[in-house]
Amino acid sequence: MDIKRNYYEDIELFKSNTILVWSILFLLFLAVLPWLIVKYHLLGLSIYIVNLITVHAIVAVGLNILVGFTGQISMGHAGFFALGAFSTVILVLNWSMPLFIALPIAGFVSSAFGFILGLPALRLKGPYLAIATLGFGMTITTVIKHMEFFGGRMGLQAPKLELFGTLMKDVHFYYMIMIIAVVMVIGAVKLMKTRVGRAFIAIRDSDIAAEAMGVNLTYYKTLAFAVSAFYTGIAGGLYAFILGFINPESFHLIMSITFLAMVVVGGLGSIMGPICGAALMTFLDIKLQAIQDISLIGPALVAFSQKYMSLAGISNIAVIVYGLIMILIVLFEPLGIFGFWIRTKRYWKTWPF
Amino acid sequence: MFGQLIVSGLAVGACYALLALAMVIIYKTSEVLNFAQGEMAMISTFIAFTLLDTYHVPFPYAFAITFLFAILLAVFFEMVFLRQAKDPTVLGLIIITLGFEMMLMGFVGWKWGPDQRSLPFPVSNIETYNFSGMIISKINFWTIIVSLILMFILFLFFRYTKMGIAMRATQQNQLAARVMGIRTKRIFSFTWALSSMVGTVAGMLIAALGVLDPPMMMDPLLKGFASGVLGGMTSLPGAALGGALLGIIENLFGGYVSLSFKSVVAFAIIVLMLCIKPSGLLAKHYVKKV
Repeated sequence: MDIKRNYYEDIELFKSNTILVWSILFLLFLAVLPWLIVKYHLLGLSIYIVNLITVHAIVAVGLNILVGFTGQISMGHAGFFALGAFSTVILVLNWSMPLFIALPIAGFVSSAFGFILGLPALRLKGPYLAIATLGFGMTITTVIKHMEFFGGRMGLQAPKLELFGTLMKDVHFYYMIMIIAVVMVIGAVKLMKTRVGRAFIAIRDSDIAAEAMGVNLTYYKTLAFAVSAFYTGIAGGLYAFILGFINPESFHLIMSITFLAMVVVGGLGSIMGPICGAALMTFLDIKLQAIQDISLIGPALVAFSQKYMSLAGISNIAVIVYGLIMILIVLFEPLGIFGFWIRTKRYWKTWPF
Repeated sequence: MFGQLIVSGLAVGACYALLALAMVIIYKTSEVLNFAQGEMAMISTFIAFTLLDTYHVPFPYAFAITFLFAILLAVFFEMVFLRQAKDPTVLGLIIITLGFEMMLMGFVGWKWGPDQRSLPFPVSNIETYNFSGMIISKINFWTIIVSLILMFILFLFFRYTKMGIAMRATQQNQLAARVMGIRTKRIFSFTWALSSMVGTVAGMLIAALGVLDPPMMMDPLLKGFASGVLGGMTSLPGAALGGALLGIIENLFGGYVSLSFKSVVAFAIIVLMLCIKPSGLLAKHYVKKV
């Protein structure tokens, strides 16, 4: 079944009719999701949470292009995220641009910085690259914090968006984000099947071998950074409008780490994996932030905190769980959710054996 | 003004140097970049704070208990998490230390809350010494002295003790060291313990110079990495030199150019160093074979 007979089968978006049908069903599910949430309170979700998940999914797909496919480590994606968010808000607020023009521009601003960061990254590998990108992420927020142009320490208020003369609600926003996300995810899937994507994968597997094969390392490594930053920048712009308010303090190191965690938990080197990872981690994060509201566990933990810990810091349990998941995934399932899915599939394919 | 800036920069730089030393000790032995270093130091400092502030333990005892805790924490992490990873990639190891960092940070935030505190330290940070016109605050003076003593002890340890030599042997060639009868796994645990102790001293000094709260080590962590990169991630004297240099450069930049963009210096140094001389000032360059 898996034999490919010609090149075009390899680059097809849908490998088989089954996948096509499931994809269409999934898109339909996404289309009716707001209705399901409003009517049945599916999983206790709200449209705000789904919006956040979608934005994080865009970041995770973008980061995965860099980490999972090109094999470059980045711990500074909160910096690109902040760049996207601030440039979108400034473009819309000060220069009164419509969002659909401001968003791509913000993406390109972010990817320009990605390109600049990609230049020193050419000479760096592994741990050193992690240090350099970590520094980048922390520096961007410091610079933003100290410049009046970006609203300084106070941050910026995102303007309310209008659609055909009426204020946009969460539901309208949901459809807008979801359409952008679907387009960008399909773009990523397609990109990985082109010459560029295969060059990325070759660099990940061995950059010296790739160079010997004629892959231009300078071009493709900086391109990977730029593409990844572009995705993150666009997601950042959307994030600013979901929150309605951004300040530089919120784009800290922990945010970069959570992005990395989403990719690793979801599965490196796949497209669906990071999306699942983003959904799982964002959902967990939001639910655990308000752990005292969860029935049964909540009150017990509150009592425990009052006795031995501090009640003010109870939301930090989310951080502990986050860290634990990251460690456990690396130890027991290095390919993440995607690896788990592959193993399950293989088990059932060859079931009696 | 110039002398003052250099001296206070040297005091901060001494803390960076200790943190960088802690990272380099681990990186040299096991090629793990320890992103949890800052948080490991922070939780130990919080333990010291609780002992001093809540239970009023005398400082030397509190210090000893904190050291013990730091050792146990590091050995626990090495044995329970790091050793279990089978053929880990660079990214995998980074993720494990990051995960541990988040766990520690969450735990401290949960236990002690987000308030800012000040560590009761036996040296005052208001009083000053006066060396023929040069004014140094007591805390800065003692920070420099303590770090110098610690560096000297580390030097003696690596040069003359059996354990130190075994650690250096493991750093050079793990397989050969094992053939020679060195228990390399135990050496790894010991390396982590040593690094955690050095980091704890750095954490306590940083808390004494500034404030004690959960995100206090975020910035020093980056500075520690920057010092390591400046001096060379595989060289102990390099890390010490890098820390001191970074502290001085940063302070001069803060004094003469711009105070609010002071923390950009560390990043600029990282990028410049990595572009010009990736192995650092004092480390020997070595090329990895394919």
